[in-house]
Amino acid sequence: MAQYIFYALSIVTILSALYVVFAKSPMYSVIAMIVCFFSIAGHYVLLNAQFLAIVHIIVYAGAIMVLFLFVVMLLNLNQEPDKSHGKLLRVAAAISGGMLFLVLLLSLNTSETGTFVLPEKSDIGMVEHVGKKLFNEYVLPFEISSVLLLSAIVGSVVLAKKEA
Amino acid sequence: MENALVSVPHNWYLLLSSLLFCIGVMGVLLRRNVIVILMCIELMLNSVNLLLVSFSAYAQNADGQVFVFFVMVVAAAEVAVGLALIVSIYRNVASTDIDSMKKLKW
Repeated sequence: MAQYIFYALSIVTILSALYVVFAKSPMYSVIAMIVCFFSIAGHYVLLNAQFLAIVHIIVYAGAIMVLFLFVVMLLNLNQEPDKSHGKLLRVAAAISGGMLFLVLLLSLNTSETGTFVLPEKSDIGMVEHVGKKLFNEYVLPFEISSVLLLSAIVGSVVLAKKEA
Repeated sequence: MENALVSVPHNWYLLLSSLLFCIGVMGVLLRRNVIVILMCIELMLNSVNLLLVSFSAYAQNADGQVFVFFVMVVAAAEVAVGLALIVSIYRNVASTDIDSMKKLKW
């Protein structure tokens, strides 16, 4: 059963990711990206990482993609047709992407991943477990990331402001 | 659902996330619109996130999920600053084409 869910989610993920790359208008890219993020959240649920699935939906689909949609609408990009690179450059891009995949595939071929013990049931992805880890071992990086977010807020306001 | 990990081999997750990463790389190389390039970078970050979560689930160690949490924080900050940069550049050159930012190469 889990296999078929994995197949379905993976097909949706790959197809929507390809559509992000090949869509004509940036608007369609954003919509396909949202579909891709929801399917990745499904993968997280399948992997027993329920807390991360919810955070992923809230942060990515709820905040980041809304920001993208907002900018695409603000800049009114749909009027100009999106030009693409020259033919030579496109072939080179496709070849180098494919070669990278080939290299990753060959390195996976020799890897050993069958050594993990697989328990029947696990609750490590629940908010209780992840929260304990986050606030005990990783409390300093957590606090520092708040400073990072603050600097991102200040930086984006300064950058997007009209020059005085 | 409790035996999901038993019936899905871990190699499939490695395969899926490397494929997603390569799609992201290809998008960065292929497209000229800066917004789509930024989205492809998000795609690459997400493939790495998926890989971290799968390793964390198979190794029964929640550290990977904490890392994914921090990657999400960094991705949110990166998108906010990147989109502010794009809006600022668009105001000056009235285009989001990557070739209109050639002067950055000098």
